[in-house]
Parts: sequence; C-alpha cells; structure tokens
Amino acid sequence: MGRRVSLFVTCIVDELYPNVGVAMADVLERLGYEIDFPPAQTCCGQPAFNSGYRDEARTVARHFLNVFRDAECIVVPSGSCTSMITHHFQELFEKEPEWLELTRKVETRIWEFTKFLIEVAKVEDVGARLERVATFHDSCHALRTLGIKEGPRRLLSKVRGLELRELDPPEECCGFGGTFSVKMPEISGAMGRTKVDAIVRTGADLVIGLDASCLMQIQGSLSRAGHSISTMHIAEVLASR
Amino acid sequence: MARDYILHKVRTALGRSAGQAPEEVPPARIAIPEIDFESRVRTFFSRIEELAGKTYRAESPEDARDYVARVTGGRSAVASNAPILAECGITGLAGVRYGFHGEPELREACSTAEFGITGADYALADTGSLVMLSSADEARMVSLLPPVHIAIVGKVRLLTGLDELFTVLPDPASQTSSMVVITGPSRTADIEQFLIRGVHGPGEIHVVLI
Amino acid sequence: MPAFPLVQIEETLSNDYLQNAVYTSTGRLIVKRKDLVSGAVLPEYQELRDQANRIKRHTIENLDYYLEQLESKVVERGGKVLWCRDGGEVVDFLVKLAAEKNTNLIVKSKSMVTEEFGMNERLAQHGLEPVETDLGEFIIQLAHEKPYHIVLPALHMTRYQVADLFTEKLGVEREEVIEKQTKIARAVLRQKFLHAGIGITGANFLVAESGAAVMATNEGNGRFTSTAPKVHVVIAGIEKLVPRAKDLATFLKLLARSATGQPLTVYTSFLSGPRRPNEIDGPEEFYLVLLDNGRTKLLADREKRQSLYCIRCGSCLNHCPVYRKIGGHNYPWVYSGPIGSIITPQYQGVMQSPWLPFASSLCGACAEVCPVKIEIPKLLLLLRSEVNKAKEKEHKNWLEHLIFRGWAWLMRHPKLFELGGMMGSAVLTAPESGGLIRNVLPFFRVGPLKAWIKERDLPPLPEKSFRQLWRERERTEKH
Repeated sequence: MGRRVSLFVTCIVDELYPNVGVAMADVLERLGYEIDFPPAQTCCGQPAFNSGYRDEARTVARHFLNVFRDAECIVVPSGSCTSMITHHFQELFEKEPEWLELTRKVETRIWEFTKFLIEVAKVEDVGARLERVATFHDSCHALRTLGIKEGPRRLLSKVRGLELRELDPPEECCGFGGTFSVKMPEISGAMGRTKVDAIVRTGADLVIGLDASCLMQIQGSLSRAGHSISTMHIAEVLASR
Repeated sequence: MARDYILHKVRTALGRSAGQAPEEVPPARIAIPEIDFESRVRTFFSRIEELAGKTYRAESPEDARDYVARVTGGRSAVASNAPILAECGITGLAGVRYGFHGEPELREACSTAEFGITGADYALADTGSLVMLSSADEARMVSLLPPVHIAIVGKVRLLTGLDELFTVLPDPASQTSSMVVITGPSRTADIEQFLIRGVHGPGEIHVVLI
Repeated sequence: MPAFPLVQIEETLSNDYLQNAVYTSTGRLIVKRKDLVSGAVLPEYQELRDQANRIKRHTIENLDYYLEQLESKVVERGGKVLWCRDGGEVVDFLVKLAAEKNTNLIVKSKSMVTEEFGMNERLAQHGLEPVETDLGEFIIQLAHEKPYHIVLPALHMTRYQVADLFTEKLGVEREEVIEKQTKIARAVLRQKFLHAGIGITGANFLVAESGAAVMATNEGNGRFTSTAPKVHVVIAGIEKLVPRAKDLATFLKLLARSATGQPLTVYTSFLSGPRRPNEIDGPEEFYLVLLDNGRTKLLADREKRQSLYCIRCGSCLNHCPVYRKIGGHNYPWVYSGPIGSIITPQYQGVMQSPWLPFASSLCGACAEVCPVKIEIPKLLLLLRSEVNKAKEKEHKNWLEHLIFRGWAWLMRHPKLFELGGMMGSAVLTAPESGGLIRNVLPFFRVGPLKAWIKERDLPPLPEKSFRQLWRERERTEKH
C-alpha cells in the first residue's frame, strides 16, 4: 500500500468536533503519510438509513462513493460511519450492480482510524504523551461490527503517562444510537446516566472513545450530572505530545 | 381442514409443493471427547457437588447398600424396579417399599415417602446428569415425588455427555415415552432471583456410582 | 395508531426499585452466560451457534416436510396431533376435551405460545380452571399480570408483593421468607398436579424424526404436568421443530447457557406419546397441538423469516440496554426485548406499535448473544423502513420524510452544506450575537434540539468547521 490516504472526517467531526479531524491528520502526517481531504465529502448516509429512509440513504451513499471512488485508502475517525459503509452499503445497493461493484471496491479500502494504525500502518507507538487517568468506551459498531477491541488499547498503552482503567461492566451502549437519542430521549438519557455511573466508578477524569457521536452523548450526560470528567477522541489522545 | 390450510400456507410461503422432498439436511454436529474413565468420574462428581448434590463411590453392592441405609436411616422410601437395587440389597433395607407395578399404589407410596431410590439408564459426566428412561423397571414418579432422590448408577453407564448419549441412543422415542435428563436438585430463582431448591421435584439428590 | 407509551416508560425509569431489580438480575445472567460460553469452558461455542443457525434455517425452509414427519411419528407412538390456525381453535379443542374427560382442573407448565392468545382467561370463561405451575407464572397468574421477561416472569416483584398476593389469593398466613413462600406454592400446586385431569405443557423443541416434545425446566413442574394427569397436551408453535434427536446435542448446549447461565436446566424431558404398554406411570393420552397463530405470515417474508429460529432463551432481553431500562411491561405484546421488537410488528402489523422498531440504539448486543444467530438489528432496520412506508400510505409521515429528503439533497451539495454549517455556527457563537443567541436558541429548542437538551447538555460549538481549518492548513503549507 502506498503512503497516500484520504480523510473521510464524517459530518459530525466536520461540524462539531473539527479538532478530531485535525488530530487524526497530524498523527498520520507524523507517520509519513500524505493526506488529502476530498472537499466534496459530506456524510455516509447513516442517519437516513437508521431512520428507515433507504432512498435518501442511497442518495447520500452514492455521493459518498462518487467522492471516494478513486481513493486508494480512506481513513475514518468513527466506527459507526465506517461500518455503515462496509456493512450496509451492500444492502442499499443490492439491486444496483454498478453501485454494488463500486461499494465492494471502496469497502476494501476504508479503515476506521485505530484499525488503520494497527493493521495498515502497523504501529502501536505514535509518540504520544498524555498524563491523565482515563477510561475507554467501546463504541458498539466498532466493537461488534468491526471487531475492534484490543487495537485501541494497544495504542493507548503506548501513550506516555496515560493510566487506563477498564469500565465495569464493559461493552455497554452509551445510549446515543443516532436519531434514537432524540426520538426516545428519556430512554437514551437513562442509558447515558448508567454509563456515567460506570465511568465515575473507575475514578478516571477522562473518557476516551473512537466515535465522536458516543463522546457527544457521554460528555453531555457527564456535564448534565455535574461531573468535571472530560472526553477526548482517541485521535486527539494520540496526537498529544 | 386446519391441517390442510396450515400446510398449504407453509408451502406457499416457502414456494414448495406437496410431496416435495426436503433439501439435504446438514449433518448433525456430534463430537465425543476422548476422556478416560477416572477423569470422567472426577468431572461427574464435581459437577454434581457444584449443584449441591451428594456423591458416593461404592466399592461393592454392599457398600452401596450401606450408604443408602445411612442416608435413609430407616425412614420411608420407595424403590423402583431397577434390577441393580435388588442386586445391591437396597430393596431389603428397613423402610424401603418396592415391587410396585400399578400406578395408584405407586403414587400413594411416593406421595408419602421421604426418599425415592432409582437406578439410572445413563449418566453424563460433563454436566453431572442422570438419564432416566421410563420403563417397567423405572416409573417416572419415583424420582419426582419424594423430596430426596437417591440414584444408583452402574459405572458402565457413565457417558461423556450429550453427544455420546445421542450416539448410543439416537432416538429415545424408540425405547420409551419419557426420557429425562436430571441435572441436580429441582430449583427456582423466580422470586427476587433468590435460589431455592426443591420446588416441585426433589430438593436433595444422592448419586452412588458402582 | 397506539402511541409511544411515554408516561408508563417515564414511570418505569423513575422507579428505583424496578430499575435496580431489572438491571441487577439481567446483569447476573449476563455474567453467568459469559462464563459458560467462554473459550475456557465452551471453546466450540461459535461453532455451535453456526450449527444451530444452519439446522434452524434448513428446518424452516423445509417446514412442511418436517411437520408431516413429526405428525406421523407422534401418531406412530400412540399420540394424536391437532393443527390449529389460531388460539380460538386451541381453546375450542381444550374445552371439548375437558368436557369429554369430565374434568375442569387443568395444570399448566410454562408456555409463552399460550400467552399469545390469552389462553388461561379464555378457558376460565368456559368454566375451566387452568393453573400455572411454574412458580413465576403462578405468581403472575394470581396477580393478573403479563410476564415481565420470557424466562423470569415475576422479575419485577418483591417478596413483599408475593406475600401480599399469597395472603390475599390463597388465604394463607402472611409469609415473607422466600423459602417458605416456595413451600406454600409447592403444597398448593402439588394438590393441583395430583387432581388435574389434563396437563398442558409447551415445548422448547419438537423432534420431527422421533415425534417427540422436548422441555427444558428447572422446577419439576414440567415433569409433573406431563406425568400425573391422565391426559397430556403439548401446545407448540409450528416453528419449534428440529429434524433429529441428535440435533439436541447442539441446541441443548446453547439453550440453558444462554437463558439462565446453567450448562443444562435441571430437567430436560424428551416425551413422545402416552405411556407405553410396559410403563407404570405417565399419561394415558397424548395430544400435540401445532399452532400457526400467524407464523405462516412470518414464514412468507424471506428476509425476516429468520425470526422464527428463536428458541426463546431470553438472552437478547438480558443484554438489551433498552429492555434493561424499560422492562417487560412496556412492550405491547407478550414477547419483550429485541425478539419482541422484531416479531410483534410482524404478527400484528407495523402500524400497531410503529414506535417499537425505533426503540433501539442498534447496539447489536442481542445479535452477538443470540444462540441461533438471528440478525436482529438488520431486521429492526428493515422494519423501520416498513413503518415509514406504512405511514406514508396514511399521510402521517410527510414532515419527517420531507426533512430527510432535504437533508439528503443538502448532503449532495457540499458547498451548501458548508454554507449552512457556517451560518448556523456564526449565529450561535459570535460574541456580538449574544442577544441573538438568547432569542434564537429558544426557537430551535423544538424537536431534536429540545429532546437532546431534556436529558443532557449540548456540545460546545466550534468556531470553524474541519473543512475550513483544512483549507487554512493547506494555504499555510503552501507558503
């Protein structure tokens, strides 16, 4: 594989958490990658897909495929957006052979950020330093659809000064779930509060995750509950020096 | 009517026609582990004990009989017609009633007995289970009604587990109307998840291996 | 169109006892299952799941063949088979049978399928006395409630509520010790077992090749119900079939581990037909009732028919973060949790509870633990599309659909997307627009924004979007 990667920052990072994108770019550049950012990118279509609007999801998915049709390698700071593309585009384009073919091609070239570092760049130590006591939240799509569990922990174990504590119970959903968070806010909020309790029990003052959407839910729940615990995307942690 | 209606709906849903052969059935997954007898016994006994069952390894038929005598202490017991029980002299113990062939008498005896003594057709080592087939030798209720169940198991019957059971007995229905795999004493956690033993079935079991 | 039960759900969410009971009980089951399927204890776990899925798929895809084989084998073993299209036909059969046998006392072992059509109430209307003998079901029958969980029907009740119930309904002295409560139930139910003319059980599996019903129970009531009364009736959905007894070596290893965190339940019964001529006890008559009750409808949907693979272990409930918050009574039908969310709309039509497929964060924990590998999140997503299409037909969804159409359009026009983002951000972050924020923000406190703010704080808005920062970065790098 060459040393060129294209960034798909995701709509939420673009609009609400741009520093995550910047951090990811910094880490990749430091590793010697040439990055480009196709400016026509917007979204993967997941919000429409999850809300039951497949035609609209297809519209947005086609736009994504067009933007990235010639990318050699795409890196994404999100498990849920990556899994939308690698696991659901197939379903969307079941009956459209040309788009299906393009999907298959793109599927093999798209990587969630930590997975890229571990499996493509083959690095664990990116030279980061962050002296905090933290816990790591496993985002559901990354964990169950993409099988991401050990990778981020290996990367974080090499961050100088970082103490990582595990959540107990592990692997529980934060309650975001996309439009679920605003369609059923009461349930989503209750799930968020359970996550907050687990975080507080670890004694950590920082929550690290690999999906900005989860972090938005977690941070919002933490501050609403009056805690001063902060959140950081793993890209930001790995970019810290 | 209902039968034809339902079958018709099933076939329409599946796009199949009456009399159409099924697709080839995938092979069953059977994996019988190679475990030597002593290890089997150890596992068997540990599993039973983990479930609060009691185990005993009898050296001889008399030894088995003496164990049972210690457990029952002469109180009322019903023994099934399993030959192994007579062979061990258990049917001769004080308080043991046996030789029932009619249901009403057996039911009456089991309703008042404190102990039900049976043999076992098979035992499963990996789960600590007894396998009982209903027959002229083994009525169902002897291991069900009395609050304590004592089973005398011949060691040749100790299998490794379910895979082996369904290999030596691929169709239990060809032998009996009822096969029960018994794994520990009756239990429930239905109220506040609090574990209670002896709900409807026996709350105490003893397994004697001979 | 029944609405989302917001009030009841909010009540459940604020009931601390219930929240704790459900979270803790399901938490315990999660841990027990995890230990029993771990690599150290059951290394073949994933293989077993694949096999179970394979066998269920094959059986469902060839269901007519296996139903006929099952029927002929049951008859060969001396039993009778009844096919019932719906609950009404089951009730009619039982009423006639009870009259024939001159009995009105019926004991019943746990069977979710009979709850589908409210069998007990309907039998009672005909003057029959069906008594639930599974302790949890016995309790909720006395309380006239729906089961709270597929496997633990009385999960939501305290010993004090049970004490109240027993005193009121059984006329016994008040007893709060759980062990003693169990003894009370045991004594009451034993009399019922020994005097009932008919015993009704469900079945976890129906073995086609053997003509047998398999029951996995813990208390012994299943054995009693199928042994003491002269007549044994098994009622099961037509999807419960497996081809061979050998297949149980796969399914039994998965069922109890997934359901209750045990390697096997205390009693696994394999029953075929009435007692044989040489047997001393057991029922004299055996009936197998094969119930459709809408299953053929599910069968007809190629994508969603995998819902019929379900072996009713309840594991998906235990792991579902939504179930663990809202509990079993907030689901519209007798099946709750993830499996309930996918089959209820299929049985009842999506418009009966259109909110149900959306009551999920799609975390996927259910699919991860399903022993037969039903793709629950995938089916939830399919149902969401179906709900929207159904709403369209009734002109109910036009605003939300319009918003998503607009959103999709915007996503194809990155420059406009950026412009929109910049404008919104400028308005909401510019210091000079302090007054504007105070005036504008409340306007946006509708819909999604309001919903978000209800439960958690908003994220701070950045001054510049990533693409702006990127352009600046590129400009800097060029110089």
